[in-house]
Amino acid sequence: MDIKVRVWRQAGPSAAGKMVTYDVKGISPDASFLEMIDVLNETLILGGDDPIAFDHDCREGICGACSMVINGVAHGPEKATTTCQLHMRKFSDGDVIDVEPWRAAAFPVIKDLVVDRSAFDKIIQAGGYITAPTGTAPDAHATPVPKKDADAAFEAATCIGCGACVAACPNGSSMLFTAAKIAHLGLMPQGQPERDSRVIDMLQAQDDAGFGGCTNAGECTTVCPKGIPLSLIGRLNSDYRKAITTR
Amino acid sequence: MTANDFWAEGEPVFDKAAPDGPVETRWERRKFSAKLVNPANRRKLTVIVVGTGLAGGSAAATLAEAGYRVKSYCYQDSPRRAHSIAAQGGINAAKNYRNDGDSVYRLFYDTVKGGDFRARESNVYRLAQVSVNIIDQCVAQGVPFAREYGGLLDNRSFGGTQVSRTFYARGQTGQQLLLGAYQALERQIGLGNVEMNARHEMLELIIVDGKARGIVVRDMVTGEITTEFADAVVLASGGYGNVFFLSTNAKGCNVTASWRAHRKGALFANPCYTQIHPTCIPESGSHQSKLTLMSESLRNDGRVWVPKKAADCPKPAGSIAEEDRDYYLERIYPSFGNLVPRDIASRAAKNVCDEGRGVGPGGLGVYLDFADAIKRLGRKAVEAKYGNLFEMYERITGEDPYETPMRIYPAVHYTMGGLWVDYDLQSTVPGLFVVGEANFSDHGANRLGASALMQGLADGYFVLPNTISNYLAAGPFKKVTESDEAVVEARKQVEDRIEKFLSIDGDRTVDSFHRELGQIMWEYCGMERTEEGLTKAIGLIRALKEEFWTRVKVPGKGEELNQNLEKAGRVADFIELGELMCIDALHRRESCGGHFRAESQTPDGEALRHDDQFSYAAAWEYFGADGKPVLHKEDLNFEYVHPSTRSYK
Ligand SMILES: Cc1cc2nc3c(=O)[nH]c(=O)nc-3n(C[C@H](O)[C@H](O)[C@H](O)COP(=O)(O)OP(=O)(O)OC[C@H]3O[C@@H](n4cnc5c(N)ncnc54)[C@H](O)[C@@H]3O)c2cc1C
Ligand code: SF4
Ligand code: FES
Repeated sequence: MDIKVRVWRQAGPSAAGKMVTYDVKGISPDASFLEMIDVLNETLILGGDDPIAFDHDCREGICGACSMVINGVAHGPEKATTTCQLHMRKFSDGDVIDVEPWRAAAFPVIKDLVVDRSAFDKIIQAGGYITAPTGTAPDAHATPVPKKDADAAFEAATCIGCGACVAACPNGSSMLFTAAKIAHLGLMPQGQPERDSRVIDMLQAQDDAGFGGCTNAGECTTVCPKGIPLSLIGRLNSDYRKAITTR
Repeated sequence: MTANDFWAEGEPVFDKAAPDGPVETRWERRKFSAKLVNPANRRKLTVIVVGTGLAGGSAAATLAEAGYRVKSYCYQDSPRRAHSIAAQGGINAAKNYRNDGDSVYRLFYDTVKGGDFRARESNVYRLAQVSVNIIDQCVAQGVPFAREYGGLLDNRSFGGTQVSRTFYARGQTGQQLLLGAYQALERQIGLGNVEMNARHEMLELIIVDGKARGIVVRDMVTGEITTEFADAVVLASGGYGNVFFLSTNAKGCNVTASWRAHRKGALFANPCYTQIHPTCIPESGSHQSKLTLMSESLRNDGRVWVPKKAADCPKPAGSIAEEDRDYYLERIYPSFGNLVPRDIASRAAKNVCDEGRGVGPGGLGVYLDFADAIKRLGRKAVEAKYGNLFEMYERITGEDPYETPMRIYPAVHYTMGGLWVDYDLQSTVPGLFVVGEANFSDHGANRLGASALMQGLADGYFVLPNTISNYLAAGPFKKVTESDEAVVEARKQVEDRIEKFLSIDGDRTVDSFHRELGQIMWEYCGMERTEEGLTKAIGLIRALKEEFWTRVKVPGKGEELNQNLEKAGRVADFIELGELMCIDALHRRESCGGHFRAESQTPDGEALRHDDQFSYAAAWEYFGADGKPVLHKEDLNFEYVHPSTRSYK
C-alpha cells in the first residue's frame, strides 16, 4: 500500500508545532499502525531527518502507552482498539491519514506525538488504592466476593490508563478514567472502608491536575479501547453525592 | 579455535546466605537470623529501586511502607506500564483450594522438576511457601481475580500441571496484579515516602568502596544526566528476551541495568536459558516489530496439526482431508498430547516446519484448530472461553479463527538467566540486590507457566524487604558525593558513550543492527543449538559489534527526548550480552529444558541432560570487552527432589 501521512511535529514542549506530510510507500496491510511509523522512521533517519517520537511499549493493547489521534479519532477508526492493535488493512491504498498527539490541557506535549500523562498518576495517588499493608492480609477466602461483583469490578479494572477518553472529551475531562478506578475498588468489599474519602479525594486531585469538568458529552466512552461504559460516571456521581452528604 | 578459547574457568561461587537444615524451615530461620533495623533508623536509609514491574513496584511499596526512603525509576511514562502488565495466563499458589492434593511441597517439587533440576532447592521451596501469602495480599488490595458463584476464588490448571493452582483474572492477570502493586506504590508516592522518577533510565551503576551506592540516570525528556545515591540499590529491571529482536516482550525491555552492573563486577548467571513459548502468532513480514503471545490455555481445546505432505501446505486448511493431517503432538506424545510442556511443543513445531511441513508465510507456522472443539462444545461455548483471544488473533492476522484454524509458531518469551544472587537476593556486589526476572534464581532451565509472576511478587513483597534489612542494618553508610572518584568515573562513562553514539553518524539505523543480532541469536542460540552454530554465531556477533561502533547512525542530540539514542544504548548492550549467551550455550554440552543441544539427545530425539557434569549454575564474570569471560560454577545439590528423566510419551 502507498499512503500519505500528515504528522504533528513539535520539537519540544515550548516549540511551535505543525503538520508535516510524508509519503509511505509499499507498506504491508499486515503491518500495525505503529509498524508503519517504524518503517517511516527508518527512512527519516537514513535521510538525515529527525524520526517521529511516539509512546509505545507492549504493542499488545494492554500497557496503555500508545497514544495518537488518527484522522481526528483517539486511537483511530477501529472501535475498542488501541493504536498498536490497529492494522494498515483498515486503510486503503492512497489514503491521506492525519496523525496528532492527545490534546488536553492536563497532557502537555513533550515532543511530536508524546504527551505527559503523569496527571493520571496524581489522581491515583490521591486515593485510587486500598490501604493494605504487606504481610498482614487475611486468607484470601476470608473475603468472599460475589461473582457478579467480581466480574463487574474486573470490567472496570480493565482501564489501561491510556488517556484516550481525555483526548476525545471536548472539556478535557478525565472522568471516565477516574470513574473506572472508583468502580473497580468500590464494587468489592475490600474497597468499602475508603469508599467515601476515595471519591472525594480523587475528584479533587482531578481538578487540581487541570482536567476539565464532565458535561456528559459521552465522547470518552466511544473511543475507549477497553469499552469502559458511561454508566460508571453515573456511579461515580452517586458515590460522590453520598460521600459529601454523609461526611 | 577450540571452544575453550572463548572462556576461562575461575573459582566456584557459593551461596553463603543460604541456611541448611530442613528445607521447610530454612526461610523462617533466615528471617529470624537477619538483623533488624529499628523504625527510627529506617528513615535515615535510602534504597534505589530500578524498575516498577511486579518485582520493583511491590518492593518499592513495601520498603517505603516499612519506613525506608525509596527512590524509584522506570523508563515508561508511568510505573503502571511496566512490562508485567502484559502477562496473561495466571499466577500459581499452593493454596490447595481445590482439595486436589496440592501443597507447598508439591508446588516446590513441580517447580524444581519443571526447571529441569537447574534451580536451587532452598529458593524454590521459599517461593512455594510465600506463594500462599501473595494471593492473600493481592486480594486484600482489591485485585479482581476470577471468582466462582459462591464468591470464592476460582482456579485453573496451567502449563502442564496436574493440579488446579493457577489464580487468574481473565487473560489479564499481569495487568491486575501490576495495578495492585502500582496502586500500593502510588499511595507511598502520595505519602512522600517514595520519590518516583518515571521516564528516567539507569545507565550505570556506582560502586564506592566495593559497595553499590548509586546509579547514573538519564532524564529521557530533557537528556539531563544525574547521579543518584543510596545505601543500597535494587535492580528490578526485567528480562532480556529482546536480545532476539522479535519476542513477546514489550519493545522497551532491555538488559542495560543488569549489563552495566555485570560490567562493574556482578556475575551474570545462566544467560543462555531462554523460554520459548509455543503459541505465538507467526511473523507476517519484514515490518514486524514484535510477536504476540496467544494464551497457552488455547491448547486445552485446540488441536495442533500440519499437513502430512509438504505439497499440501499451501492449500487452504479446510481442503486438506482428515487422513492427510498430522496431529503430531498427539501422535508423538499420546499421554500428554497437545498439552505437553512449552519446550516440547515448541521444538516439535520447529521440527515439522524444518521438514518443510509448516504453513503460512515462509512456512513458519502450524495450525491450532478449534473445529473439533466447536463441534463438541458449540461455537457459543468456545466463544465464551476464548472469545477475546480469537478477536485478538483476527485483529492481527485478518483471519477468522472460527472459520479457518489459527496459525501459531514458537517465540522467545522469557529469560531465566540474569544476575547471580544469593538466597538473600544479593548479587556478588555488596549492596546490589536483584529481584524478579532480572535475577537468575528459582526457575532453572525450563520455566513452567505462571511462575514468573509468582517470583516477582514473592521477591518484592516478601523476600527482599526481609533480607535487605540485614544488609542495611550496618548502614547508613559513609556519605557519597559527586566528587568521589567512582562517581565522576561512572558519570563520565555514560557521557562518553552518549557522545560516541551521536558522533559516529554512520549509514545504518540502530534497528537494523538489532534485527540482525536477533536473527543470529534465533538461528544459532534459539530453540536448537550446536557447537558449530554457536561458534559461528560468536564470530558473527563480534563482527556485528565492530560494525555497530563504526556504522551506526543516531540522529538528534543528547539533551532532548531522543528515542533512537535510548535504543542505541540498549542494542549496544544486547550485542555484548548476545555473545555471552552464545558462550554460555556453547559451554553447556547438554540439553536441558528449552535449551536443546543437538549433540545431546536420546535415540528418539528427546533432550538429554548430563547431571554428572552440568548440575550447576553457570555464573560469568566480565573480563573486559576483548577479554574472556570467566566461569564460576555454583554446584546445585538436590536433597529432596532427585533428578529424574522427564517423559511425556
Ligand atoms: C506476553 C507475556 C505473557 C506472560 N504471561 C505470564 C503469565 O501468565 N504468568 C507468569 O507467571 N508470567 C508470565 N510472563 C512473564 C512475566 O510477565 C515476567 O517475567 C514478569 O512480569 C517480569 O516482572 P519484573 O517485575 O521482573 O519486570 P518488568 O515487569 O519487565 O519490569 C521491568 C521494569 O524495569 C524498568 N527498567 C528496565 N530497565 C531500566 C533502566 N535501565 N532504567 C530504568 N528502568 C528500567 C522498566 O521501566 C520496568 O518498570 C509473561 C510474559 C510475557 C512477555
Ligand atoms: S477509561 Fe478507557 S480511554 Fe480512558 S484511560 Fe481508561 S482505557 Fe483509556
Ligand atoms: S503499546 Fe501498549 S497499549 Fe499500545
